[in-house]
Amino acid sequence: MTLEGVKKSYGGGKSPLVEVLHGIDLQLVEGEFAALLGPSGSGKSTLLNIMGLLETPTAGELRIADTATASLDDAARTALRNRYLGFVFQFHHLLPAFSALENVMMPLFAGQGRVTSQDRQRAAMLLQRVGLAEHAAKQPVQLSGGQQQRVAIVRALMNRPRLVLADEPTGNLDTQTANEVFALLHELNREDGTTFLIVTHDQRLADGCPRQIRLLDGRLQPDGLVSPAPSASGR
Amino acid sequence: MNFVWTVAWRLLREGRFQTALILAGVSIGVGVIVYITAIVSGLQANIIDRTLSTQAHVVLRPADIVNQAPLTVPGSVKLADIAKRTQRENTIANWGSIVARVRGTPNVSAVAAMASGPGVAQQGGVRKSIVLMGVDLDDYRQVVRLDNKLKAGRLLLPTGTALIGKELAADLGLQPGGRLRLQTATGGSQSMTVGAVLDFGLKDLNKRWVLLPLREAQNLLGFQRDVTEIYIKSERLFEAESLAANLALSTGLTADSWQSSNGQLVTALKSQSASSLMIRVFVTFAVALGIASVLVVTVVQRQREIGILRAMGTPASRILAVFLLQGGLVGLFGSLFGSLLGAAMAEGISRMAKTEDGSPLFPVVLDSELFITTALIATLVGVLAALLPALRAARLDPVVAIRG
Ligand SMILES: Nc1ncnc2c1ncn2[C@@H]1O[C@H](COP(=O)(O)OP(=O)(O)O)[C@@H](O)[C@H]1O
Ligand SMILES: [Mg+2]
Repeated sequence: MTLEGVKKSYGGGKSPLVEVLHGIDLQLVEGEFAALLGPSGSGKSTLLNIMGLLETPTAGELRIADTATASLDDAARTALRNRYLGFVFQFHHLLPAFSALENVMMPLFAGQGRVTSQDRQRAAMLLQRVGLAEHAAKQPVQLSGGQQQRVAIVRALMNRPRLVLADEPTGNLDTQTANEVFALLHELNREDGTTFLIVTHDQRLADGCPRQIRLLDGRLQPDGLVSPAPSASGR
Repeated sequence: MNFVWTVAWRLLREGRFQTALILAGVSIGVGVIVYITAIVSGLQANIIDRTLSTQAHVVLRPADIVNQAPLTVPGSVKLADIAKRTQRENTIANWGSIVARVRGTPNVSAVAAMASGPGVAQQGGVRKSIVLMGVDLDDYRQVVRLDNKLKAGRLLLPTGTALIGKELAADLGLQPGGRLRLQTATGGSQSMTVGAVLDFGLKDLNKRWVLLPLREAQNLLGFQRDVTEIYIKSERLFEAESLAANLALSTGLTADSWQSSNGQLVTALKSQSASSLMIRVFVTFAVALGIASVLVVTVVQRQREIGILRAMGTPASRILAVFLLQGGLVGLFGSLFGSLLGAAMAEGISRMAKTEDGSPLFPVVLDSELFITTALIATLVGVLAALLPALRAARLDPVVAIRG
């Protein structure tokens, strides 16, 4: 994924026009594990939503797998999102009317309109991988916060996305659980080669990431442009 | 497992209270519609049935005799007004060929010729004014049902017998086998045996109608071989008017359909149908608005989940379909419950409203066609009512839900 001069403004019309992102150039390398750091209000969620094709940039271009996305319509963006991207939100956002297993299958179900028994097996395998095999049939309210977030993480992996975007996935978890969730993300990255971009406040968790991207007042900090060599990382 | 069906179903199941509310609304609406339809069509069928039990669907009568106006030259002075002539006893002479021709007309199921005219029945010094109706009983029974009107005696009409109404029988103290004298203004007079006593369903008819063999009526009334009316039964009741128009053209006689002979009744039935239609239309609107308003609330409440589904790559069209389907399902299930409710109410009413002899006042008409049409319409109305809420759901910005 490549971003070229991405700008985003809100407002206009009656409310004053505010530019939140002032021209972001960024490239994510296949298979990397990057943390996006920055103070509250610096535009991290906005950037992530743009990369997730949930919002359109005011200016600039975003390429996913060599496809320019700025001029695509909603249906095409939805299809790209479904095919290449996985999401993990701060508030896990599981669907309460569906069981854990069904929640995991949802990205596939939503994109294709139906699921096969093979898809069901894959969802069960993913749940097993995060130690929730016996909770597959439970409703989200019957699970703890950490369990719910783990369901949300494997849900993001269901469609075998190239890139998983996670917005403060550990934001409302206690330290112990947050560590476990981060360890799980690292493991999934190593084993499957899926690219991860993870927004976090927590410098300690970010230190565990091979690449750190810093955002301040809508601009990337210079050091964020350079990807440190894997050997130089904290791990 | 289909996405649209599964999600629509789960959302309905999850929103128990709203689903129950909306289902109750649709059920009550559909119940009212089914009830009104069943009652009104039962009532109307019954009224038409009763009215036509003593009438033919189409009656042919001799054409009016009119005076020809003298040719007038424009600008000339008109010297006399020409009034319609008194109508002499006007009869149909060549009726044999006309009956044959009418029998061959499509949509005609039975034909009976009749010679009728005023007369007097006399017995033991009591004189009653009557209508003589000379018929061939076999033909006549094809047009007008008699077996359900028989009170006493037998439905046979050999020479020298007469079938009389029960009021006349009471007035003259007659029973089957009794004798009475029939007289006419032209001087005809003949003694007859009572073959049967009939109940025509109306007091006036029971006082006056006397059925006798055609030949004897013609003699008494001085018609020679002529008849005065030709009774026709149509295969399709509600096409009697066009049949009458056809027959008037093809025979040159005056043709009256049952609708034109019962103008007030037809008007009353039509306005009843119109008001029942109005009620049904307005109830349908109310139901549609109810579905729409509950679904709008649901969309607002489900905003977050819709946003998540969209963020995970659900096409907007699929979200639209989910909510349209919810509307359709609510319409369909509501109409099933509502049909049961309406049918139960209609049955209950027809059980409560009874005539003095214990038979229902009117039968309610509950046919499968009513239920199938109702279910189809309710489903369609549900889908249409869901259109606005569904569009709203499909246009939701996922970011708003995610940022929460
Ligand atoms: N829809 C919006 N309309 C107007 N301003 C917005 C909107 N979304 C975000 N912002 C503003 O953009 C800025 C960046 O927000 P956000 O990307 O959520 O920051 P972060 O995730 O880093 O805390 C904030 O000042 C926020 O108020
Ligand atoms: Mg944020």
